[in-house]
Amino acid sequence: MEITVSQVIFGILAVIIVAFSILTVTTRRILRSATFLLFVLLATAGVYFLLDYHFLAAVQITVYAGGILVLFVFSIFLTSHAGDKLPKASLKKMIAGLMAAITGGAVCLFVILKNGLRVTEAVTGGEIDMKQIGYALMGTGKYQYLLPFEAVSILLLACIIGGILIARKR
Amino acid sequence: MFDFKIVTDWIDQTLRSYLPDFGVLVIELILVGIALLAAYAVFAIILIWFERKICAWFQCRLGPNRVGGRWGLLQTVADTIKILVKELIPINHIDKFLFYLAPFIVILGSMLSFGALPFGKGLHAIDFNIGVFYFIAVSSLGVLGVLLAGWSSNNKFSMIGAMRSGAQMVSYELSIGLSLLTMVIFAGTMQVSQLVNQQADMWFIFKGHIPAFIAFVIYLIAGHAETSRGPFDLPEAESELTAGYHTEYSGIQFGFYYLAEYLNMFIIAAIATTIFLGGWQPFHIPGWDGFNQVMDYIPTPLWFIGKTFFCIFLSLWVRWTFPRLRIDQLLRLEWKYLLPLNLLNILLMALVVISGWHF
Repeated sequence: MEITVSQVIFGILAVIIVAFSILTVTTRRILRSATFLLFVLLATAGVYFLLDYHFLAAVQITVYAGGILVLFVFSIFLTSHAGDKLPKASLKKMIAGLMAAITGGAVCLFVILKNGLRVTEAVTGGEIDMKQIGYALMGTGKYQYLLPFEAVSILLLACIIGGILIARKR
Repeated sequence: MFDFKIVTDWIDQTLRSYLPDFGVLVIELILVGIALLAAYAVFAIILIWFERKICAWFQCRLGPNRVGGRWGLLQTVADTIKILVKELIPINHIDKFLFYLAPFIVILGSMLSFGALPFGKGLHAIDFNIGVFYFIAVSSLGVLGVLLAGWSSNNKFSMIGAMRSGAQMVSYELSIGLSLLTMVIFAGTMQVSQLVNQQADMWFIFKGHIPAFIAFVIYLIAGHAETSRGPFDLPEAESELTAGYHTEYSGIQFGFYYLAEYLNMFIIAAIATTIFLGGWQPFHIPGWDGFNQVMDYIPTPLWFIGKTFFCIFLSLWVRWTFPRLRIDQLLRLEWKYLLPLNLLNILLMALVVISGWHF
């Protein structure tokens, strides 16, 4: 079997994702953990780029790397000092975590192996035009998502109002 | 107009006649990477010289005038060599891994957006369908590098600088995104090459008149704040915080921050050029065919760089004119003035597009 360029790139990205995921949960310095998580998220965005799924990749970078991770880092700033180390996890917790990870991995593997062929057929569509995504998000027809979109925006509005209520001066 | 695609296609075909596809791809990636990195460094050197000269001009001084002739042209080249051979001072009681990693994240953020800029006709390394959104996405990475630098330095001043920088960048990203969105509504596309092509007869700032101009001004203000320069340089306010988040860095590590700061200024100006001022398109007036033809003789990269340097000049003008804001003034400007204005402007632009009140 001949190895193509995209397979090589996928291999590199996969190794990055796996290695940094493990480092994220094993390191005892919390900000390092957040940084390793950043690498995992960026490599995931790389996988989306590899699939020509540019919109999802950009969303991944904006929302996770640029938004949520900055939020994580800010909250770490406010709660810990440089040099702080987390206490070592107990054996019981480690085993429980390992079991949860293995179970999750097994379920994913089972689903992928069962539907393997269909998945590869579904993703080889090439790049999706931005306009198509826009119409799908904003349309009211079949396979269009205006209602979920509006529901999410109401949820976000509620969050903003809640944030202002908590933060306002009395 | 000379299409640089001829050159790149020729390189591609020459390589293809000697090598298999895999080799061609690797070599082309390396070539593009080297070209972009070289341009990155050269632009930084030119920009630093440019800023020093302009700054001197505003302050009625001469600026650099010893190294490299009357205009001090080689001053920043000499400075670059100096910073490359400087000692890196090791610091105790810091998180070494994050401390050394942080400058690279900052550089990564700006390099990713630098790579997707259209420098001229056919000089466009990568053209995403999501173009503008890609710029917004990758420019949000730099803030993490700054935050990590401030925290891992284990220094109060760095920490406060990083916090200020984080608050500032996160808030002004909103304005940048929304002002770009205004133009996306106008153009109906996010792809950079299409945006540039649509401006062949007239630039968007003239085509979209009032809302486009408002968006342009907001973008320049927000972009200026995003690069934390000028009146918005609170993250590194030297009178309060020594140097903010990069206080503890020395030698080339500090150089990386310096480089990224200047290149971010360039990128902000380049995106403004691409979206509002027509990218590499020459200045055309509909109907004046002779004039348009003369303008076409000026090479497209020259147009792009000229317009970008004009935007940079505007930014320097602001920087050396206004005093520094306080942090509350800075955040108030964004949240109470720019953001509502921006949202109204989007509404206005939608109205203009629907009723066809544009050229």
